[in-house]
Amino acid sequence: MSTAIEVKNVSMRFNLAKEKQESLKEYFMALIKGRLQFDEFYALKDVDLTVEKGDFYGLVGLNGSGKSTLLKVIAGVYKPTTGSCTVTGTIAPLIELGAGFDMDLTARENIYLNGTVLGFTPKYLDEKFDEIVDFSELREFLDVPLKNYSSGMVARIAFAIATCTKPDILIADEILSVGDFLFQQKCEERMRKLLEGGTTVILVSHSIEQVERMCNKVAWINKGEKIMDGPAAEVCAAYRKAQKE
Amino acid sequence: MNAKLHKLKLYLQDFWRYRYLIYHLISRDFKLKYRRSVLGVVWSVLNPLLMSLVMYLVFSSVFAGMRGTGIENFAVFLLIGQLLFTLFREATTNAMASVLQSAPLLRKVYIPKYIFPLEKVCFSLVNCVFSLAALVILMIFTGTPFYWTALLAFYPLLTLFVFSLGAGLFLAMATVFFRDVMHMWEVFCTALMYFSAIFYDPDQMSGFVQKLIRFNPLYWYITAFRRTVLDGEVLTWSMVWVCGGCALVSLFVGLWAFRRHQDKFVLHL
Ligand SMILES: Nc1ncnc2c1ncn2[C@@H]1O[C@H](COP(=O)(O)OP(=O)(O)OP(=O)(O)O)[C@@H](O)[C@H]1O
Ligand SMILES: [Mg+2]
Repeated sequence: MSTAIEVKNVSMRFNLAKEKQESLKEYFMALIKGRLQFDEFYALKDVDLTVEKGDFYGLVGLNGSGKSTLLKVIAGVYKPTTGSCTVTGTIAPLIELGAGFDMDLTARENIYLNGTVLGFTPKYLDEKFDEIVDFSELREFLDVPLKNYSSGMVARIAFAIATCTKPDILIADEILSVGDFLFQQKCEERMRKLLEGGTTVILVSHSIEQVERMCNKVAWINKGEKIMDGPAAEVCAAYRKAQKE
Repeated sequence: MNAKLHKLKLYLQDFWRYRYLIYHLISRDFKLKYRRSVLGVVWSVLNPLLMSLVMYLVFSSVFAGMRGTGIENFAVFLLIGQLLFTLFREATTNAMASVLQSAPLLRKVYIPKYIFPLEKVCFSLVNCVFSLAALVILMIFTGTPFYWTALLAFYPLLTLFVFSLGAGLFLAMATVFFRDVMHMWEVFCTALMYFSAIFYDPDQMSGFVQKLIRFNPLYWYITAFRRTVLDGEVLTWSMVWVCGGCALVSLFVGLWAFRRHQDKFVLHL
């Protein structure tokens, strides 16, 4: 088996917003006062992770532990402060709800906008259009601006677009958790299908049952540090135990 | 060497992959620009016509002394200067703000960041090309002869596009780190307008001004354009070199600065 994603010693540092120097005057004032050190915050600390091709990889951890940040590093949105991240293949990212959508445009227009953001051609989108609409079950709402959608409806469209092609790697952050139970089942089914076709899937979920059911490997992250990774059953058991304490 | 070529190839492939996104963003900008306006795209033609009419009136009455003498076809002369300067100003100003404006997108998905300044500069070029209709109308209206050399005007136009792209990339990069750049650029552009030979002919100015203005690349683009359209003559070699050279230097510096800092953008948006 070959590696799909290799995360090596990745640390991600943020400068906290209150210290951001956004105008020259502020910058020079701070410089004069000798206060140009930023308040630093590490959202990820020295994380190592290897995802093999064909893995269904789960990420668990409490709120603010750095899961989404790690996914953004993998997707190329953030460049890690130190360390490296190597990805083999195309990525379909579903990290934040509404990413790559313009809320003022209708769903129809957004399918094309989001599709082109993901690098599809309009012709390809024409072909897949019906499939996308059918999967999201939102045909009556096609010409409604996205701002009038519920979050579950946005998630449906986003998931349908991202999976209309066969990506090498599918990244699914909480996006699924806003979908109702029927839609979640549908998504799980499609993810399984993609997996059979050779796609690697990374799933973030706060439902430990879902992770245990779907994933073969899991990593547990807490406060930016990887606590453990390995076979799903083992990690989930340890995570549950820690929660109870 | 081979590795570098490979990298370049990947880069171009990446670029090619996103061409529809650029196209899409341009058409969105177009829709936004003319949303709820009755005349719509006609404004692209009407706007420069009216603007130059105002300037024409001002400079042939109130400031008649400033315009310099001996410009035969002042109306067309003025409009050309205005069109090209507007292209530069719009392209750089919009490109400068583009990365900040697309912060919501950049923070959530991976898109090559240069797409945004590039899109804005393309949008300004498209606008400018529409506005060329105003030039044609004015030339017919004033009975200005059409020369075949006018076809050569694409050279100053395209090199100005590249020049603006380089400047726009640089400004966009600088603005992410210091918002002040936006305000400074606005003032700078206004000052630059008076030094770009839009409503006067520097050949009739004193020797000092004439020398100084040669350091302004915009002067070269505007003068080269006028030479092909108004005078019906082919470009001089120095025009070819200066226009092309400034464009390449600007693009190179802009790309270099942008690439060097683009990984830090997300943290400052
Ligand atoms: N752009 C940013 N600037 C500053 N801090 C940030 C930024 N993005 C994330 N953080 C911080 O990084 C930490 C990890 O955030 P992250 O979104 O990765 O958590 P998470 O594990 O996805 O949490 P959740 O389960 O709530 O989704 C948080 O403390 C957050 O405040
Ligand atoms: Mg998250």
